[in-house]
Amino acid sequence: MHIDWLHFTPWDSLAGGILIGLATALLLLANGRVAGISGILGGLLRPASGDIAWRLCFVLGLFLAPLVWLAMRAMPPAQIDHSPAMLAAGGLLVGIGTRFGSGCTSGHGVCGIARLSPRSLLATACFMAAGFITVFVVRHVLGH
Amino acid sequence: MNLVTAFLSGLLFGAGLILSGMSNPAKVLAFLDLAGTWDPSLLFVMVGAILVAALAFRFARTRMRPLFGSHIHVPGAGRIDIPLVLGSTVFGIGWGLVGYCPGPALTALAVGGRSTLLFVAAMVAGMAIFEVVQRMRASYAARPRVAAGRPGD
Repeated sequence: MHIDWLHFTPWDSLAGGILIGLATALLLLANGRVAGISGILGGLLRPASGDIAWRLCFVLGLFLAPLVWLAMRAMPPAQIDHSPAMLAAGGLLVGIGTRFGSGCTSGHGVCGIARLSPRSLLATACFMAAGFITVFVVRHVLGH
Repeated sequence: MNLVTAFLSGLLFGAGLILSGMSNPAKVLAFLDLAGTWDPSLLFVMVGAILVAALAFRFARTRMRPLFGSHIHVPGAGRIDIPLVLGSTVFGIGWGLVGYCPGPALTALAVGGRSTLLFVAAMVAGMAIFEVVQRMRASYAARPRVAAGRPGD
């Protein structure tokens, strides 16, 4: 295995992770809600009274984060070079999969593992394994 | 007040994703590419986030209710079932194809151009498909069972 030392950012990534943990703590202790992004977003598609506004506010915060960030410092580089078909397929699979699987990287991977939930440990193992295998097939078998 | 804390939590969450590098799909794919030149950064994101979140969940257990709200909604110990395993696997395939999961995609939406917009639109469509399927299943389960009588009853 070759480590990509050039792009490896242990300290920024650890600090970013701590910020994500603090955001999770704030939503849990102030609002009594688990910060699972797919659940928060998906809940907007099933309107229930008194349950919409906080979801919208959280999603708005996520959406505005890069704009607030840009007002203070430059964004780290980002790169996305996929065909429209690949983007659409990926988005569709992520949308369907996270809702049927009751969570994503935040809900299962961070909050669920933090609570040592057996369901979340298994879900995280499944999406990590599927992610590893998919990238292997796309890059090293199909050669994209 | 609970709306302000929800907004601040989203803002903080997004800042964490940007700082950690996770709003960059290329970096996520470099983590998932074990056979290429591997970027282990995502592991450090997980460790930082899980440690802080674990402290918060422990503290939450000692409290009856949140600051603004009636009770703390923590998922119960549900069953391990097929939708959990299949859904998470399908999610992992989509994640591996593009390098976006829901949080980073929403965070990158304002600055990510058309590619991110297309991904998010497809993701919301996928979530809408789930809602339609759930509604169909609910109405199927609640159907009147008049035609179920056996001949000879």
